[in-house]
Amino acid sequence: MSEGVKVMHHQKTTSRVLNHLVLIFFAALFALPLFWLISTSLKPNTEIFVFPPKWIPSQVFWGHYKTAIQFIPFFRYLSNTILICASSVLGSVISASLVAYGFSRIAWPERDAIFVVVIATMMIPFAVTMIPMFVVFNKLRWINTFKPLVAPTYFGPAFYVFLLRQFFMTIPLELSDAARIDGASEFFIYRAIVLPLARPALAVVALFQFIGSWNDFLGPLIYLRSTEKYTLALGLQQFRSALLTEWGGLMAASTLVTLPIVILFFFTQRTFIQGISLTGIKG
Amino acid sequence: MASAAVKKRRIQGLLFISPWLIGFLAFTLYPFISSIYYSMTAYDVISPPEFIGLENYVNMAEDPLVRKALYNTFYYAVFAIPLSTIWGICVALLLNLKVRGMTLYRTLFYIPSIVPVVASSMVWLWLLNPQYGIINGLIYLFFNHPGPGWFADPKLSKMSLVFMSLWGIGQTALIYLASLQDVPESLYESADLDGATTLQKVIHITVPMISPVILFNVIMGLIGTFQYFTQAYIMTGGGPADSTLFYALYLYNNAFNFFKMGYASAMAWLMFLVIFVMTALTFKASSRFVYYGGETR
Repeated sequence: MSEGVKVMHHQKTTSRVLNHLVLIFFAALFALPLFWLISTSLKPNTEIFVFPPKWIPSQVFWGHYKTAIQFIPFFRYLSNTILICASSVLGSVISASLVAYGFSRIAWPERDAIFVVVIATMMIPFAVTMIPMFVVFNKLRWINTFKPLVAPTYFGPAFYVFLLRQFFMTIPLELSDAARIDGASEFFIYRAIVLPLARPALAVVALFQFIGSWNDFLGPLIYLRSTEKYTLALGLQQFRSALLTEWGGLMAASTLVTLPIVILFFFTQRTFIQGISLTGIKG
Repeated sequence: MASAAVKKRRIQGLLFISPWLIGFLAFTLYPFISSIYYSMTAYDVISPPEFIGLENYVNMAEDPLVRKALYNTFYYAVFAIPLSTIWGICVALLLNLKVRGMTLYRTLFYIPSIVPVVASSMVWLWLLNPQYGIINGLIYLFFNHPGPGWFADPKLSKMSLVFMSLWGIGQTALIYLASLQDVPESLYESADLDGATTLQKVIHITVPMISPVILFNVIMGLIGTFQYFTQAYIMTGGGPADSTLFYALYLYNNAFNFFKMGYASAMAWLMFLVIFVMTALTFKASSRFVYYGGETR
């Protein structure tokens, strides 16, 4: 290996440049739709409806953002969305960590057999349970409330249980044993030992649930009826069906719905990467 | 004596998992079983369900739109799943290059996959707008020829959606990337000594070594395709000429637009059955292709 290094040095510089060129090309390809989104949202209509298209607006025009914020009561939908996101995050973090604890930190005979059921439920398509659930929520008079969107997160969502269990299993069992000898209860061990150590994994669950709730479309579409209950995702669709060809306003509204998620991503990149490698850990 | 301790731990374990247990009974098992019953009824939510036996299933067999929706869904799966597998691995290989500034590249590739589906649907409608979209603008620029109608063309509408799904590959690519980094460097080094080309190394080392992850993604892709809904609902509403009427969209229409809850439940069961059979077949076929190195190491 060591004698090869010198010979390959020259080759390496050219291939490094080549690598960058390929990466830049594909990165530009991935960035193009977002560029086009923002560029359109800042153009006056006279520059939107032209062919061939104009890449960059000749001057920044904020009018479409005004249209978007007024047409969809943006701040109302934003607060609805945040309320749903926050309650779901709370539910997922609390319930999934409790359940994952029971599946990883206490040894009991039927534990792993039941865990297989948890995994199996992840394979059941939403469509199969969707209709009976709608019927139940309808009988409970929960239609047109946030409850059907939030309540299920308080019952240990399978994917997050799986994720946290994987993480909990990496925490040495000796820590629990030592606490047990000192007479600590299981709940105390969960609260005072496991949860603090699992903070990075809990952050992953919080982040995924937040984004999941923020981006959810089908749930709000089924359960929310009156427009004052709408989420941003529904509001965006509402905008489109009302103003079909208002592309500038539509792109401005889409930018507003996307921006918070992208900002969140920039602040939590490391948590994201961790989350993805957590999904990869083999059971 | 030991059994008393076991009993205690079982009770504690069950207490901890009780939120899931209750949720499983209420939000999974009960709906799962009652949907069998609903699939044998005529039910519009307002009046009580009326038992009609297998009539929904018989009607389904004769419904041309069910056939059309199945065809569209399989068509989408046949293109989207292999393409996203290959594309996902390619992007992961790109992101695995050892170059400076990789964090920035990874960020750029990843962001599209977290854009809310509603927003990305709007963006793609506009990108592929036949008259003013940038894609047709580029086609005109390079080929001096007007571009196609994309979503407006029944022949191209499904492929346009496949195309769009490849933009959101970031999440999948990062999963592949994590598995690429687990492939032992020594394998590549010995292949280098034998004078293997990059392509040979990818085909004979990388792909077999990450095959369990490929299998996982293919199965998730299968399940996902049958539930493909939001994009079609927002962008095309199933048109033009029912060319993007996917199975989940037709199911939704039956349930929440036509209020045929019984019929939609029967459709959901057919969906479950198809997914189950396809997953089982994939697993069975996979035993010949998938390499579980970790088990023997």
